[in-house]
Amino acid sequence: MRVWITLKLKLFCLGQKSYLGREFYQYSTAAAFEEPIKPPVNVEYNQLLINGQFVDAASGKTFPTLDPRTGEIITHVAEGDVEDINRAVAAARKAFDEGPWPKMTAYERTKIILRFADLVEKHNDEIAALETWDNGKLYEQSAEIEVPMFVRLFRYYAGWADKIHGLTIPADGAYHVQTLHEPIGVAGQIIPWNFPLLMLAWKVGPALASGNTVVLKTAEQTPLSALIVAKLFHEAGLPPGVLNIVSGFGPTAGAALCSHMDVDKLAFTGSTETGKVVLELSAKSNLKPVTLELGGKSPFIVCEDADVDQAVELAHFALFFNQGQCCCAGSRTFVHEKVYDEFLEKAKARALKRSVGDPFKPGMEQGPQIDAEQFEKILKYIRSGTEGGATLETGGDRLGMKGYYIQPTVFSDVKDDMLIAKDEIFGPVQTVLKFKDLDEVIRRANASRFGLAAGVFTHNLDTANTLMRALKVGTVWINCFDTFDATIPFGGYKMSGQGREKGEYSLKNYLQVKAVVAPVKNPAWL
Amino acid sequence: MTVLSNGNAESYVKTPKIKFTKLFINGEFVDSVSGKTFETIDPRTEEVIARIAEGDKEDVDLAVKAAREAFDHGPWPRLPGCERRRIMLKFADLIDENIEELAALDTIDGGKLYNLGKIIDIPSAAETIRYYAGAADKIHGATLKMSRDLQAYTLHEPVGVVGHIIPWNFPSQMFVMKVGPALAAGCTMLVKPAEQTPLSALYYAYLAKLAGIPDGVLNVITGYGSTAGAAISSHMDIDKVSFTGSTEVGRLVMQAAAASNLKPVSLELGGKSPFIIFDDVDVDKVADLALQGSFYNKGEICVAGSRVFVQEGIYDKFLNKLEEKVKRWVVGDPFNPKVHQGPQVNKQQYDKILSYIEHGKKGGATLLSGGNPGGEKGYYIEPTIFTDVTDDMTIAKEEIFGPVMSVLKFKTVEEVIKRANATKYGLAAGIMTNDLNTANTVSRSIRAGVIWINCYFAFDKDLPYGGYKMSGFERDMGLEALNKYLQVKSVATPIHNSPWL
Repeated sequence: MRVWITLKLKLFCLGQKSYLGREFYQYSTAAAFEEPIKPPVNVEYNQLLINGQFVDAASGKTFPTLDPRTGEIITHVAEGDVEDINRAVAAARKAFDEGPWPKMTAYERTKIILRFADLVEKHNDEIAALETWDNGKLYEQSAEIEVPMFVRLFRYYAGWADKIHGLTIPADGAYHVQTLHEPIGVAGQIIPWNFPLLMLAWKVGPALASGNTVVLKTAEQTPLSALIVAKLFHEAGLPPGVLNIVSGFGPTAGAALCSHMDVDKLAFTGSTETGKVVLELSAKSNLKPVTLELGGKSPFIVCEDADVDQAVELAHFALFFNQGQCCCAGSRTFVHEKVYDEFLEKAKARALKRSVGDPFKPGMEQGPQIDAEQFEKILKYIRSGTEGGATLETGGDRLGMKGYYIQPTVFSDVKDDMLIAKDEIFGPVQTVLKFKDLDEVIRRANASRFGLAAGVFTHNLDTANTLMRALKVGTVWINCFDTFDATIPFGGYKMSGQGREKGEYSLKNYLQVKAVVAPVKNPAWL
Repeated sequence: MTVLSNGNAESYVKTPKIKFTKLFINGEFVDSVSGKTFETIDPRTEEVIARIAEGDKEDVDLAVKAAREAFDHGPWPRLPGCERRRIMLKFADLIDENIEELAALDTIDGGKLYNLGKIIDIPSAAETIRYYAGAADKIHGATLKMSRDLQAYTLHEPVGVVGHIIPWNFPSQMFVMKVGPALAAGCTMLVKPAEQTPLSALYYAYLAKLAGIPDGVLNVITGYGSTAGAAISSHMDIDKVSFTGSTEVGRLVMQAAAASNLKPVSLELGGKSPFIIFDDVDVDKVADLALQGSFYNKGEICVAGSRVFVQEGIYDKFLNKLEEKVKRWVVGDPFNPKVHQGPQVNKQQYDKILSYIEHGKKGGATLLSGGNPGGEKGYYIEPTIFTDVTDDMTIAKEEIFGPVMSVLKFKTVEEVIKRANATKYGLAAGIMTNDLNTANTVSRSIRAGVIWINCYFAFDKDLPYGGYKMSGFERDMGLEALNKYLQVKSVATPIHNSPWL
């Protein structure tokens, strides 16, 4: 409530003055210009975590991790490379081959994971502050949504550990057949910077619950939160070598993990381009199976029966949440022509109201983008939108002179063939497209190389049912968006990836299926 | 055997003060409507431990009303599964924090071994609650493959108000085995513990409340089967009854359900389980297992391996081993850590077992060991082994529910399958062999709900458990048990222009 009251007051102050978006931002987002708030946390861990020990990189090298609010250095972190990946894989291999992790009872694993979840819960605010400092996401979002969700994910998979069932199977003939679901071995996992903790939970939760060991490479932009939670995991009783964390860069540490001959499984979340490289490296090395969760250009479809105010709010959230840095962002807002004008006007007003500033400041809606590279890339896409003939309704530029803040940007009159309608921008840029009928929007929504998610906004049951089946995407949110839960599988069609994470489905990524067949003599039945 | 107790031995553990003696309804401990109470007796001494509120029909009505309200309007079935999990995990932690007191309650009330209570019964009760806590957010329906333009799916919904009626032989494990999956499924419930062992159930109710289980979700009515139990079975507003106990009472429960509102019933009843030993085994090891199979928990266990079939090649050698080993089987005060066997639960059971022993003696079986009461005071009975038992003897046909083993001789696989199946029961079986073909053939041929190969009593949270034939139907434990507490609702609606079907 407080947030809204503040915003209304600000609007009131502007009075009847006819304003340009730019001026409004300069007023409403003072936070971006103030001195950054000092994060209420210290960085305690900045080394690699291998075999239960914090160690320096073999090379002794480090790299800086930056505060996206200012571009300044938070701390230097050990830079893992081939040799460090080798050490981590060797530790994970030993922990898998010799135990105790895969050899202990599932219930023991459950208890350790539950203890870990309790510990993270206890350190909620500290971990959240670290996440925000490193990533630039809102502290309220880290502390009230993401860390609690991290805890729930681990509790969920703790509950799976002792319920991993194979089948007994009725074969043709007098055979006793059963399947054993066995841990696959050493899992190499590479996670992105947009949700560092949650991405870790999606991957590590099912891998460890099913008895695997893990080498996880964090994104070089956000190495910090993984180190503190992995430390807590060991405090909870995780044996050494079961979870190894290597900070470092993709072309060095990441590539070494992907091409390692002793890694049994890869799971990668990141860009489609890098996903291709990951799959190639697996194919060139030991053919390890790969789970990929890649980019998207997800449609958010506002149908003619929509309550426009609600649709605007949800479409706004679907795109701008987390600074637009979501692989499933609803970045193609398709609006039915009957409600298009009203929608556009309100979507623009909503974007103008969005409060952008220091993510540690309560009540903000948007923090800075992750780094200079993304920042420049987004601004380039914005320029391409303007140059390509789309109408810039609001925003379109950086915000402030320091850090990586970008104005919430809305384009209208967007055509399917424009770059901003085809590429993943991964920033606060909403593109609004007009459509006439259902068949048309289905065709256009599916005309993408991506297929991660879609939003459908309608109260018409038939429309909802038609769209949910027709859209070639891994998740359809009907009258909601970004509804994530430990139980709901997530992943992509087409070039948005392969495999599914979360839910029961994710266990499959980390289990081998062994069929065991033996003849039965004189069976009573078959 | 050694008898350490005549019922007046010094107790090895300070018995706990009894904190809870009243009915637990809608989150409060209350007296029964009638104001009546009954005695719960220490089977070691035959003395009164405490007077417990005696629930009857009126009390069951009150509990059902509370459970109905909690189900129809309360938060429990409306919480997301992960919230029910959170509260149940807290419940499990509280059980872990009170292991010694809970174990002591089951020992003074049921004559059960205190040490085993501490390391098995109570920790496994916490484990079971934790297991089902983890299941609360994993209750999946299915989306269906329809043969026309239809979108269809199933919703697995909590069945509603559940009545659980549980026996006295494993008061703690029976309690959580019923309550765990029902809570996870989102049901509300009342539990009637056995009148012989009401104490720990009331304690669990208290812990559940501390953990945050909302009032009315879990009610405990202490009392007798013919009054409170019958009121549950015939109640028009209970949606499901889950009963564990004797086959005779199981029949009454089902009749009452049929005569009232046709509520679905699940029954886990008696057994006369075969424990089959083939010639190829290590006789020494198997003799130990067979003793456990018959005498564990004083033989008061529905899956007791009470018909020990021994192949003729090792029959004599096996008997020698048994005779030697049973001498080291210690009967006495269940608080004494050296003791293997405490007293039977009450006078009625004690007398019944002794009369079966008389049957055995008169019916022509050979008494290898035991056969007498195990002291002057308390309900102790010597571990008793009959050999040369034939299939038609009463002791080979009926469930004795005491420390009485019947040993039978057999020749071939086919013969033992036939004889093992020649019973009205079908709860469990043990198969002792290292021959893969024998193990596979016999395990498929025996008509019983649980088969243990080269082990016995290998229970687990994840292992479904229940009977064929007159041993009951439906399963406790494992994810299988959730189904007892779930309704399946199929939902279908037409779809138009679907790109695939």
